[in-house]
Amino acid sequence: MKELSYKEMGLTDEEYGKIKAVMGREPNYLETGIFSVMWSEHCGYKNSRPLLKTFPTEGPQVIQGPGENAGVVDIGDGQALVFKIESHNHPSAIEPYQGAATGVGGIVRDIFTMGARPIASLNSLRFGSLEDARVRELLSGVVAGIGDYGNCLGIPTVGGEVYFNEAYRGNPLVNAMCVGLVKTDEIALAVANDVGSTIMIVGAKTGRDGIHGATFASEELSEKSKEKRPSVQVGDPFMEKLLIEACLELIKEDLVAGMQDLGAAGLTSSIAETASKKGLGVEVDVLKVPRRETGMSPYEVMLSESQERMLIIPRSGAEDRIKAIFDKWGLDAVNIGTVTADGVFRVREGEQIVGEVPVMELTEGCPVYVRVAEEPDYYQFCRNYDLNSIPECAPQEALEKLLASPNIASKKWIFNQYDYQVMTNTSLIPGDGDAAVLRIKGTRKGIALVTDCNSRFVYLDPYQGGMRAVCEAALNLACVGAKPLALTNCLNFGNPEKPNIYWQMKHAIAGMSAAARALDTPVVSGNVSLYNETAQGAIYPTPVVGMVGLLKDIDRRCDMAFKDVGDLIVLIGKFRDELGGSEYLSVCAGLETGRVPEIDLNEEKSLLQLIQASIHEQLLQSCHDISEGGLAVAVAESAIKGNIGGGIRIRSNGARVDGILFSEAPGRVVASLKRANMDRLVQLVVEHGVEMRIIGAVGGDHLVFDDDGREIIRLRVTDASGLWGEAISCFMK
Amino acid sequence: MKFGVVVFPGSNCDADCYHVIKEVLGQEVDYIWHKQTSVAGYDALILPGGFSYGDYLRTGAIARFSPIMPAVIEFAGQGGLIIGICNGFQILLEAGLLPGAMLRNSSLKFICDTVHLKVRRDDTAFSQLLKQDEVIDIPIAHGEGNYYCDPETLEELKRENRILFTYCGSDGEEDHAFNPNGSVANIAGIINKQGNVLGMMPHPERCSEPILGGMHGRKIFASMLQFMQGVKC
Repeated sequence: MKELSYKEMGLTDEEYGKIKAVMGREPNYLETGIFSVMWSEHCGYKNSRPLLKTFPTEGPQVIQGPGENAGVVDIGDGQALVFKIESHNHPSAIEPYQGAATGVGGIVRDIFTMGARPIASLNSLRFGSLEDARVRELLSGVVAGIGDYGNCLGIPTVGGEVYFNEAYRGNPLVNAMCVGLVKTDEIALAVANDVGSTIMIVGAKTGRDGIHGATFASEELSEKSKEKRPSVQVGDPFMEKLLIEACLELIKEDLVAGMQDLGAAGLTSSIAETASKKGLGVEVDVLKVPRRETGMSPYEVMLSESQERMLIIPRSGAEDRIKAIFDKWGLDAVNIGTVTADGVFRVREGEQIVGEVPVMELTEGCPVYVRVAEEPDYYQFCRNYDLNSIPECAPQEALEKLLASPNIASKKWIFNQYDYQVMTNTSLIPGDGDAAVLRIKGTRKGIALVTDCNSRFVYLDPYQGGMRAVCEAALNLACVGAKPLALTNCLNFGNPEKPNIYWQMKHAIAGMSAAARALDTPVVSGNVSLYNETAQGAIYPTPVVGMVGLLKDIDRRCDMAFKDVGDLIVLIGKFRDELGGSEYLSVCAGLETGRVPEIDLNEEKSLLQLIQASIHEQLLQSCHDISEGGLAVAVAESAIKGNIGGGIRIRSNGARVDGILFSEAPGRVVASLKRANMDRLVQLVVEHGVEMRIIGAVGGDHLVFDDDGREIIRLRVTDASGLWGEAISCFMK
Repeated sequence: MKFGVVVFPGSNCDADCYHVIKEVLGQEVDYIWHKQTSVAGYDALILPGGFSYGDYLRTGAIARFSPIMPAVIEFAGQGGLIIGICNGFQILLEAGLLPGAMLRNSSLKFICDTVHLKVRRDDTAFSQLLKQDEVIDIPIAHGEGNYYCDPETLEELKRENRILFTYCGSDGEEDHAFNPNGSVANIAGIINKQGNVLGMMPHPERCSEPILGGMHGRKIFASMLQFMQGVKC
């Protein structure tokens, strides 16, 4: 392998100078490589750390906040959920199938590394327009990669989101989330506590794949990126499945003092992170690392990102039992080194010392950059755009177009490729409710899971958009009957060295923090993916929120389908008609602009409590938040899912009808209920200080909207279902 | 009655089957690790779904060489009840306990969905609590469920009435349009000549409790239980 300069490894002159100062000498090639990956944005968060510190991370429900492999929240009965979301954007842009598959593999390892049994996966995907053949190829590859890997592991993929926008044309986003279940007294941490402990590597053998993957993930994509295909790893889900079972057996028998997966920057990062927590050192011998290729240099062994490998620090005397368990699963566990007291990360090749680096300098010593933030010109321009100047689209035509828009249409083509039922816990399957619901066997409890981010809003107004991602995730959970507990996030942005991009990051994070504080959903884990740019420019800022919620009684859950003739349809929340940033403007006017409808966090909080209370009292037949496509699409989706029509009356009083039908203003829900439950619902609505109005009734086989008696939409439910159900599969044929 | 769930490396529906037998049917059940060589003491065996050995060579092709398989084949020969679900069905084919082979789905994609099945016999050990020609809803989840056999074998299966389940429409229509994977004659499940071995692609363990949206699967396991109790009592 050709030797790289420090610049090719991604280090700046200034950073290299700092390394020399720390070392007191010129670092050798291996040492330079170790610094370069540990100080990459991907591992060191050097551009984002100051901003990440502003997130609220505490609460009585939080058992483990950021800093470990994943966050942990209490769900009662001595049980906890372990969860995190992570990006695999750059690899997926170059090699969609393996990029996405290994993204799933990586996040699943983060979960069982904590001692938790992975019980569900979600994914948040962004692509360019489906009109583009390359995008269809990317979508096919990514979905197959996620599916094949997760399906083989037997972890259900239960939810997520997919959006299509030109902003992602050359730089798709693939974010994978995994959720695990653990007994609170079996949580494992990635820490080396005792000097003299053995360090073992288990799982797959080490090859040359993925060297400098972490560096690759920390730069912009270009024509040359294709040459970095060797930086994309290849996944082996069968190996991972064996690792899960074997590692969970170790935890059950309490054989492990510390456990860490080998992810970005491979052995280097997992060893450095494990040793640095208690300020200890480590000595490893690269010759002992099992390899699948000959002639690998220490540099290649230490920086390889070969998948499906784990680092284990056994409890004293447990080595033999650990080897026996791995042997049962047909896996090798090999001693490669020991924990030392001197704080040095020492790499040997047999007798010879080939690298010595102070551990703390790799982690705590990583440079931190507070970049310059500058408001981009588009911001004021879009905010002040006169939306009244846009002609109204005929309501019926607009609704039909929206239902067939890939951003709104059914994602069945995608989730049918994921095994969403294995483990027999999935009680609300993808597409049936605003969030996935899983039972916790042996209890009455359920958990609800969702990912959310409307990046168009974040682009137009990062602060409002950041708040919206958190609020909408929380509302999605409430709409299935869950109390939101905590969140993880994947912060996908462009190049932070550009002031306009840093401005987006800064304000989006501020918005997310404000909402997370107000809604008591602290941030317990996350991942940052920067440099999502191509020659065509940066992606829309996309801070994806993954949120978990708890249902005390899973029998009291709610889906989005209309049920029975005569049920009343209500709009809960304020009556609003702003069209800024809506899918309607995009689909019907070709515009992505306007002032983003603002959020009132107090109103959001009251609404969340009202919805939870109503579902807990079993007052609602269906519940669905208003998001992309507005009120009209929310009603249509409930009708389609229930295979029954409904009549809706609006009163425009001369105002724009499109605003009423298609506004995506926050804090609003479409629900249906039996007439007999209306009095009690009204009581609750008054108690919580929320607005509500009756807008129609369920029944018939048509969706009918009228404006104070004048019919404006009449669409057969089966036709609506056809438009909505087939749009994506038609593209993909 | 005591069930055994055979666990191969890569099995991933083993715990789901175990759960149904233990918690839903209230029967005794053990996991049987594939390196064991005996199935003595069990009344029925379940070969669960999953990706045994990663299904890297061909589905079920390596699992059939597991140390447990001679005991499974002997158990079948003695008339013991065996149900192979999804990957378990594929293993039964590879082991020669059932005829035919599995191809990739005609769509070339993994498919997870709930489908309609027509019950073609209600006089077998696996279906006595169902009704002939009844349509049941049941989840599927597979990439290689496209059952194939040569025309002579198909004739034999038909003649001997060994096709237990076929994919159909909601009213029982037997049209290829309702076939999710391209299998020959819409076949979803078949039994052996003696009627004690069933292989099926759909997952009965995923529809054995109301919270999962269906109870038809439970009737298949309960049929096995009733059959065994009837025979042994």
